[in-house]
Amino acid sequence: MASNGIRDRVAIVGMGCTPFGEHWDKGVNDLLVDATKEALASAGVELRDIDAFWLGTLFSGQSGLTLSRPLKIDYKPVSRLENYCATGSEAFRNACYAVASGAYDVAMAIGVEKLKDSGVSGLPNIGAAGDGTKAPLTAPAMFSLLAPAYAKKFGVDDATLKEVMTRIAWKNHKNGALNPRAQFRKEVPKDTIACSPLVAGPLGIFDCSGVSDGSAAAIIVRAEDARRYTDKPLYVKALSFIAGPAAGPIDPDYDYTTFPEVVASAVDAYAQAGIKDPRAELAMAEVHDCFTPTELVLMEDLGFAARGTGWKEVLAGTFDLDGELAVNPDGGLKSFGHPIGASGLRMLFEAWLQLRGEAGKRQIASVARGRKLALTHNLGGAPGECVSFVGVVGSEPSA
Amino acid sequence: MRGIVAYGTYVPYFRLDRKAIAAALGAPSGSGTRAVASYDEDTTSLGVEAARAALRAAPGLKPEALYFATAMPAYLDKTNATAIHAALGLEASTAAYDMGGAVRSAAGAVRAALQGGGPTLVVLSDIRTGLPGGGDEREGGDGAAALLVAEDSPELPALAEPVAHASATAEFLERWRLPGDPASRQWEERFGEHVYVPLGEAAVTDALKRAGVTAPAINHWIIAGPHARAGKRLAASVGATKGTVADDLGAVIGNTGTAHAGLLLANALDTAPSDQLIAVVSLADGCDVTIWRTTAAIAARRPAASLAQQLAGGGQVSYPTFLTWRGFLRREPPRRPDPQAPEAPPAARAEAWKFAFTGSRCMACGARHLPPQRVCVKCHAVDRMAPERLADVPATIATFTVDRLAYSLSPPVVAAVIDFEGGGRFQCELTDVDPVAVKIGDRVEMTFRRLLTAGGVHNYFWKARPLRGGK
Repeated sequence: MASNGIRDRVAIVGMGCTPFGEHWDKGVNDLLVDATKEALASAGVELRDIDAFWLGTLFSGQSGLTLSRPLKIDYKPVSRLENYCATGSEAFRNACYAVASGAYDVAMAIGVEKLKDSGVSGLPNIGAAGDGTKAPLTAPAMFSLLAPAYAKKFGVDDATLKEVMTRIAWKNHKNGALNPRAQFRKEVPKDTIACSPLVAGPLGIFDCSGVSDGSAAAIIVRAEDARRYTDKPLYVKALSFIAGPAAGPIDPDYDYTTFPEVVASAVDAYAQAGIKDPRAELAMAEVHDCFTPTELVLMEDLGFAARGTGWKEVLAGTFDLDGELAVNPDGGLKSFGHPIGASGLRMLFEAWLQLRGEAGKRQIASVARGRKLALTHNLGGAPGECVSFVGVVGSEPSA
Repeated sequence: MRGIVAYGTYVPYFRLDRKAIAAALGAPSGSGTRAVASYDEDTTSLGVEAARAALRAAPGLKPEALYFATAMPAYLDKTNATAIHAALGLEASTAAYDMGGAVRSAAGAVRAALQGGGPTLVVLSDIRTGLPGGGDEREGGDGAAALLVAEDSPELPALAEPVAHASATAEFLERWRLPGDPASRQWEERFGEHVYVPLGEAAVTDALKRAGVTAPAINHWIIAGPHARAGKRLAASVGATKGTVADDLGAVIGNTGTAHAGLLLANALDTAPSDQLIAVVSLADGCDVTIWRTTAAIAARRPAASLAQQLAGGGQVSYPTFLTWRGFLRREPPRRPDPQAPEAPPAARAEAWKFAFTGSRCMACGARHLPPQRVCVKCHAVDRMAPERLADVPATIATFTVDRLAYSLSPPVVAAVIDFEGGGRFQCELTDVDPVAVKIGDRVEMTFRRLLTAGGVHNYFWKARPLRGGK
């Protein structure tokens, strides 16, 4: 048994990403067509050049017909899949494996979500009530369970923890302000964030990611074919996907200050990519900042900060756009928005722009200094019961 | 001889200050407080809590029948006693019946238990309210009492034995409610007094005669019934020695209707010495009188929390919140999907878990699982589980949240991850709790609640609440 990875066997040669936000005038079909058009143009191919498709969506459709119908795909394989909020990364991962296996020459991974049509605050419910014994907590409440547990374990007082959470939201809004595709494109003062109405536990409305509509897509080919499409492909270095046993809510040994699934997927991904010191080797990381305490804990789980020190690193600006390791340079789920099925591919889209030097005002300086790797991290579920994806892409094949 | 071998009471955590009604409506509303069932309680859940207290006092005793009496049944057509039966983890061979609809059902349930065979659990429960500003709203109270009736035995001696019983029955329209109506109606108060007092006097006279005693021999008179004025008149006319008529707890709890005679009897048993005569007079559509004699065993098996101890705790509920809980004030819900009804087959499959809070223990490594699992989370052993009920095991808060977005009849939802003494973890709602006072490390205990009603289905399950007084 081994996780061997497919390092440098496939490459991304084109990407597309719609603006995320409240698309009152666009349906799921429009978003899929928009993202596909941009991705195809980016790779310089036509729809008929794509051999197989992987569509990720949680709420916005079932079956491959959700994609083949609006695009009028002529009798090609289209898989629809779902893995909670990591759905977009899962579509990408499966498309990569299909190309790496030799089964297809060109594949497209696309994610989409249309959340704003539901009319509810937050996410719709998933699944039936069953026996009615599951606590009816919303997503912010589930993730807010991290806050008191982290504060208690590492001796951080409530006010300091709130300051840390606020700074994460402030940073991601600041980054998003530089991003024309982001849902929220303006900086938000720390006072406004800290004093926003409470949603769950210490989480205010500004500690939560944006509920939005959007779609993003990637075209994947074999690495040796990549330069036929673009001078600047991104090579897939690592793809790790981990489902935990969902033990947290039933096992007293879980302490709500870490995601063991993230730790496992990071270890696996770093091994696949040959990364020893992620903080020193990565140019950037897009991480699943669904709520501000999530980003804090992820800094430790992904090995960007030592256990119990993430909060200090956040306050020190380590993960700012001009910090030692830029985290969520595109604004993250927080300000770019979180259309579930699209988010994993949106993270890759920022890696695509940054590593190719096309991120404009957000361009990370370390890329010019020679850093060539970007990480995307995508999470689905809740603390103690989640799935985690960690992927690494790079602008050069390994020597 | 059959007698009461154990008993338990339950008064909900919340109290409504009657002055709050006056302040809101500008009408006189008297003084004191009334007990208020929380938004997540109904007569079934109140009954479960009282019955748990009674059964805890007589461990090992297996009731052969359960009689549940209430004037406010959570369901019609469907038996409510079966939910209580399930929540107590009773065996399938234990029968469970509702004696529903009328306050007088309580007297009938006690009488049937005394005349029946085998240990019988009598559960009396009520939620009393009326239209805003009315006397029933003001004077009513919510609560439950449970009496475990069984043959006196050396292992489980009776705490109190019936000495005599008498009834008087008549048909008259004094208090009534159509099914589905939110409040009862009552004829002119003086008419009730006119019909009740002679019926009460007749039944009391009969009972004293059958007991072979005169009124001054009675140590405690308990006079209960929805018609307060008739009760007071009767108390004055039965020949009670001064100071022997028990406090009706109207100033603190209010009149708990179907539960009230049982609740007052339990209150007397909480402190009575042995060899005392207690006359329980219940005025409801006639009169039922039982004269009890406490035994030498009375002090042996009192419940962990006396009624007085329960009344010492408790939190205040505002009048608007009270009106909301009782359905008289419809408030704007959060912009969230409608709550979903539990589905019958999954609920039936999960009966032991959902109703009795029975998890599983791995026989290979001892790890506890809530809900029960087939594969052990610790050692991964497959299908080596034994059921284990954790309803009476205290727990400690590992982490918590206050969810201001989730749907609730009484937002915010407070929830916690709790770790049980001796192992096992569960994530559940907290209730009877001040959201700003919750801390990691707080101790909690489980309580049976109606989480919500959706699509005409009541969703019963367990929540945790701060550890209450008592042992």
